[in-house]
Amino acid sequence: MSTSAIIAIVLLIAAVGFTLGYRKSQRLAAGSAQKAHSRAVYHGMFVVSWALIPSLILLAGWLIASPALIAADIHADMPEAIENGTNPRLAYQMVEGIGAGLRALPADEQDAAAAASAADLRAMFQRRGIMVASASEDYMVELAVKRNRLEDYSRIAMSAVVILLAVAGAAYGLSQIAVRLRARNQVERVVGGILVLASSIAILTTVGIIFSMLFETIDFFGRVSPTSFFFGTVWDPGFAAAGADPTVGQFGLIPLLAGTLYIAFVAMLVAVPIGLFAAIYMSEYASRGVRSTVKPLLELLAGIPTIVYGFFALVTVGPFLRDMSAQLNGLITGNYQNFIQAQSVITAGIVMGVMLIPFVSSLSDDIITAVPRSLRDGSFGLGATRSETVKRVILPAALPGIVSALLLTASRAIGETMIVVLAAGVAARLTLNPFEAMTTVTVKIVNQLTGDLEFNSPQTLVAFALGITLFAITLCLNIIALVIVRKYREAYE
Amino acid sequence: MNQTIVPAASVLHPTAAFARPVKMRGEKVTVHYGAKQALFEVNLEIPERQVTALIGPSGCGKSTFLRCLNRMNDTIEGARVGGMITLDGEDIYDPTLDVVELRARVGMVFQKPNPFPKSIFDNVAYGPRIHGLARSKSDIEEIVVTSLRRAGLFEEVKDRLHEAGTGLSGGQQQRLCIARAIAVSPEVILMDEPCSALDPIATAKVEELIDELRQNYTIVIVTHSMQQAARVSQITAMFHLGNLVEVGPTEKMFQNPDDKRTQDYITGRFG
Ligand SMILES: Nc1ncnc2c1ncn2[C@@H]1O[C@H](COP(=O)(O)OP(=O)(O)OP(=O)(O)O)[C@@H](O)[C@H]1O
Ligand SMILES: [Mg+2]
Repeated sequence: MSTSAIIAIVLLIAAVGFTLGYRKSQRLAAGSAQKAHSRAVYHGMFVVSWALIPSLILLAGWLIASPALIAADIHADMPEAIENGTNPRLAYQMVEGIGAGLRALPADEQDAAAAASAADLRAMFQRRGIMVASASEDYMVELAVKRNRLEDYSRIAMSAVVILLAVAGAAYGLSQIAVRLRARNQVERVVGGILVLASSIAILTTVGIIFSMLFETIDFFGRVSPTSFFFGTVWDPGFAAAGADPTVGQFGLIPLLAGTLYIAFVAMLVAVPIGLFAAIYMSEYASRGVRSTVKPLLELLAGIPTIVYGFFALVTVGPFLRDMSAQLNGLITGNYQNFIQAQSVITAGIVMGVMLIPFVSSLSDDIITAVPRSLRDGSFGLGATRSETVKRVILPAALPGIVSALLLTASRAIGETMIVVLAAGVAARLTLNPFEAMTTVTVKIVNQLTGDLEFNSPQTLVAFALGITLFAITLCLNIIALVIVRKYREAYE
Repeated sequence: MNQTIVPAASVLHPTAAFARPVKMRGEKVTVHYGAKQALFEVNLEIPERQVTALIGPSGCGKSTFLRCLNRMNDTIEGARVGGMITLDGEDIYDPTLDVVELRARVGMVFQKPNPFPKSIFDNVAYGPRIHGLARSKSDIEEIVVTSLRRAGLFEEVKDRLHEAGTGLSGGQQQRLCIARAIAVSPEVILMDEPCSALDPIATAKVEELIDELRQNYTIVIVTHSMQQAARVSQITAMFHLGNLVEVGPTEKMFQNPDDKRTQDYITGRFG
């Protein structure tokens, strides 16, 4: 029985349990002088919890444990493989492959196949279009048959036990139902548990990601010294060709970090004033009607995928700036030589800035609107104009919040990838000229990881070091922003 | 709701009783919030250098009328004001009139103390700075000190003028807001329940202050406390359901009001 079928049956049992529990609770309440502690729905949910939770936990445990147990059993039967010098892991993978192949054969060929030699079997598989590694040996067929048998037993046992447990759980839940049963409180605990589970999955995943990056990064720093990574000014990783000396290449972070920060800076230069002014307009000047149309429109910008902005930079903004600079140069010096490259810091910065405008405006708008109305009244009541009120009362009051909004925006700018991949260029250069191409940490991560790679050379491992560096920077920005927001909240409450 | 109330004689000619020049005058003032009418043809005269108290049950339009006097209703979306309001005989809703200047002449103190999140000094200096009332730093300092003195706050805060105004106690904050309003040298000060967020001691201080301010300023105060109206005001105006019921010298209003509703309200029988 397939896993989804088992789950469906368990759910069905739970549904039946719910109905029975609901009915029983109603009946008991009707026949009793006491007031029922919980409504019938809670009694129903109580039975559902008993039916679902133990059986599903068992199902999950079984699904995780059984392949491991089967694998251990098969490994124990593989002495020859180790004598032959075959890697046992590879051998087991082949057994699995053959097992899967056997299952795919039609029923009438199964018996013949189980007795066949490895070579015959490969031929049978080939006729059916099933791919199997060519290094398979005769003993593997036997093991594959055994493995399939074990798997079948396990599955039958699992189906039976899980379904029985669901029925037993539901029956137990039903038997517990009484007028004074505190089902409402129990259901509350189950709900709490589910919520905790969801949030711990989210947190554990994050931690897992960090750790997997951390191990690869440590591996990288075993091959390249941290000083030459963090303080190196040359980025020239070389190629990770097979057989090449793995230590060639220089992994200087500085030019990438400089490019990242420079482009983010230009982007903020574009996004902050425009976004902030838009926010002030929306929160202080616009009438309710205008606000209710302009705000969603601005937020629409935030929904454009960044790859589209990247395109826009590549085919529109970049060439436009290049041609404009050529014209400008021609008008002034007579030499029609463009001084802005098509891929440049300024192109990427401007387009990224446009992408960030809705972030700045929407975050700042929320913060400005949160400034109490009484402060505005106080200022207007003293005869201040709108702009005076904004400048002298509202912005100072909202400043901490706005600063933290800008930090969040900056961390987005630093982590942004698609726009810079298309618009900033790949040359890892240290320059102050915004009209030239520079590259960023994210672009280099993409570069180092494109292609068919194995993670065993510094050329690829460096991507993890870059990633974790970037993560550290944005994490710091976010933490600072959070701290500021918290302080600011306290100030108002 | 729309029934017309026949005004008592004193509503039509209130000044006769007060013998003071009229500072502000409202004639047939109506206010709508969207489709809802909040004030119905209110005629009220505010005598100069007197404290006029506006009383009446909740929602009867006291704050609405008060906000008309310095056009704070302009900042509320959907609010429309009809009729005429004059300050020293000038129509304050005249389109050529500068609202900013009007609000400098008619200051306002709100129900909840609302100091800006700035230092005490900067709170008081705010108005003079935006109106360019001071030429030099020492001018500003003088204005700040005088205003704080007049608001009876100076002695309490003289050592911490540069600390945050939001760090003061509620009563001190309210007096700071009064100092802030005084600092732009207004002619009229409007106060909307200025003591409702204060304890009795702080209230007594503010009431004392209002009594002193009467020497130099025309004051209009909204209050829910009959004792307060009796203590600080010379004129009392009673509102009910958006209508002005009755207006007269405070003593007369409290001793033998003409209107039954006033009597009921003052003796606490409704509202
Ligand atoms: N901004 C507004 N928008 C819509 N209606 C309003 C607004 N402000 C006041 N109103 C309505 O106008 C009427 C008068 O309100 P106002 O605030 O003037 O009453 P009030 O006499 O000051 O009451 P209170 O003593 O409770 O402060 C009320 O019915 C109120 O609901
Ligand atoms: Mg009010």
